[in-house]
Amino acid sequence: MTTTLAFDVGHLLAGGMLVLSFLLLYQDRILATLNVFALQAIVLAAAVAWQAHAQGAPHLYVTAAVALSVKGFIIPTALHRIVRRLGIHREIEQVIGAGPVMLLGLAIVALSIMLVLPRVEGVDPLAREDLAFALAVILLGLLMMITRRNAVTQIVGFMSLENGLILAATGAKGMPLVVEFSVAFSILIAFIVFGVFVFRIRERFDTVDVSALDRFRGERGDAV
Amino acid sequence: MMTLALQAVLIVPAVAVVLLAFVPNYKIGAALNVIASGLAFAAGVGLLFAPRIRTDVLIIDDFNIYLVALTTFVAFTTSIFSASYIGHELATKRLTPTFLRFYHALYQAMIGAMVVALVANNIGLLWVGVEVATLATVMMVGIYRTPEAVEAAWKYFILGSVGIALAFFGTILVYVVAQDALGEGLHAMRWDNMVANAARFDPRLLSLAFVFLLVGYGTKVGLAPFHAWLPDAHAEGPTPISAVLSGLLLNVALYALLRFKMVLAANTQSLDGGLIMIALGLVSLVFAAFMLYRRRDIKRLFAYSSIEHMGVITFAFGMGGPLANFAGLLHMTMHSLTKSAIFFAVGHIAQVKGTQRIADIRGLSVSHPALAAGLALGVIAIAGLPPFGVFTSEFMLVSSTFARQPVLAVCLVAGLLVAFGALILRLQNVTFGEPSGPAGRVKASYVPLFIHMAVVLAAGLWLPEPIVAWFRSVAALLG
Repeated sequence: MTTTLAFDVGHLLAGGMLVLSFLLLYQDRILATLNVFALQAIVLAAAVAWQAHAQGAPHLYVTAAVALSVKGFIIPTALHRIVRRLGIHREIEQVIGAGPVMLLGLAIVALSIMLVLPRVEGVDPLAREDLAFALAVILLGLLMMITRRNAVTQIVGFMSLENGLILAATGAKGMPLVVEFSVAFSILIAFIVFGVFVFRIRERFDTVDVSALDRFRGERGDAV
Repeated sequence: MMTLALQAVLIVPAVAVVLLAFVPNYKIGAALNVIASGLAFAAGVGLLFAPRIRTDVLIIDDFNIYLVALTTFVAFTTSIFSASYIGHELATKRLTPTFLRFYHALYQAMIGAMVVALVANNIGLLWVGVEVATLATVMMVGIYRTPEAVEAAWKYFILGSVGIALAFFGTILVYVVAQDALGEGLHAMRWDNMVANAARFDPRLLSLAFVFLLVGYGTKVGLAPFHAWLPDAHAEGPTPISAVLSGLLLNVALYALLRFKMVLAANTQSLDGGLIMIALGLVSLVFAAFMLYRRRDIKRLFAYSSIEHMGVITFAFGMGGPLANFAGLLHMTMHSLTKSAIFFAVGHIAQVKGTQRIADIRGLSVSHPALAAGLALGVIAIAGLPPFGVFTSEFMLVSSTFARQPVLAVCLVAGLLVAFGALILRLQNVTFGEPSGPAGRVKASYVPLFIHMAVVLAAGLWLPEPIVAWFRSVAALLG
């Protein structure tokens, strides 16, 4: 196998994740958002598996398997159930429209490429592109969390951000396994915590719209 | 080779988490919590005399042993306060035993995670420690399950997670840089290897990494543009958690940042991390100082005061140099002790008055003299008046800044004075005047409160020579 092939496939998969991040940005139905997220996790698993193959690092296959099973299937399925149980498979409102968000997203991608590429000339080319893509995915996840008001889609934004982190971690050659495991583990914890919160929010407000929480800001409406 | 004290300080909280998770009874849990924290504190003190070691995952040097001792000490005193505080909350039915089921286990998990972060030599493990401590506190902030508490916990969780995610990206970048110079594997994540070989690192990527680490860990420190979670988390969570958040977790996050700053300092061509820290520190200080005037909630007031003081400390380390670093280290210690003492007093005051609104708490010196005295001492100390230790560190910082950057010193002094005015103004209303509201008794635990204040007072009057020498050596280490 030539290095160019390794590079091209790696590039393709990381690029695929970035495209899916854009899809997530303007997806305005919760169920569709969950599906796109699952797809992104599957592409992530493929990208990680490819890194394992290209770097000759078999332990990365474990990371790929974890990403595929937990984030590709288990979490999206569970969220599907929660969404149905809460009866909120309606449309989701966004703070700003799809057009501006996409433009912002493009700017973010340009920014991360300009930020990372000139600084990683010395690094292995496979890792180099991955880092730039990963940063773009991370920042797009952040953008998604900011533009959404709904608790479930904020969770998805956060997990998409974590996808970017795992892409970066596996792109860094020989990064010890300990860390990958801990990341996978932390995602699981994060999910549990999030789940708890979603339920509590649901219990209290009959909505998972986070903007409903703003009414209860500690000091608002508390006249002198 | 691990020493006994190090093993103990890591194992005690871990065992306590498992034990406490299986103890449903509140009273036994609280007692176990105090015992475990006490044992961890004993181990933390033992660590002061233990040999310095460096392994692949753990490091014990002058810098972190003092923070381990401080962390375990405040954790111990807070566990005593927590027992009486939570007892009162149960008696008044604000909390039920079901809500408290995992409270003590989480408390120990948080302490353990902070100690792990402090003694980690592996930058990945450092990150894990900070992350676990954050998750544990998120769960505890939401414990009252009121709408406000849920919102505070949600906000804390979202902002905290984004912060630690960015810090993790920074950690990956640092590893990429180190791996380039040191080769693959675990030793390229060793902090001491990084400092030793930093000169060979690619300065551009290292600088980029530091920006991510600064934003990431800076969010956990509560620096100004990223501070939004901090007042809510302090105000809506149970007061013992406010005390450890302000007193310990913010310090641990700042400690993580300082470790990376040391790597950066060892590479002469990379960006000067100190400059950004100076800017962020000053912004936090001045912003928080003005915000203090508009607070109506007493716990929120002191939360903003924490932002202010973390700003001062970040500023001090940003200035660097032996004197400013010394001031930063001393201020870190003094703030941690004073702020947790204030929260001990505030916790009981809010319980006895049944409110956190400053306007409804008046005339404490008549109705509850001991609590009023404790609070007054704490506020006088935190406002930076002599003879307390906070004055010593602030004075050192201001005088060293005047000698080097007079303009910055003016901003610093202005921020400190504005904050001073706000705190004294609020303190007057709370302690003096006609007593208002219920005047009931409270089974308060005064011992932790006054022990903290005694230490802060002693440090302000006289710092023993060995401690001065020690702070000096750590300040030199920080560069």
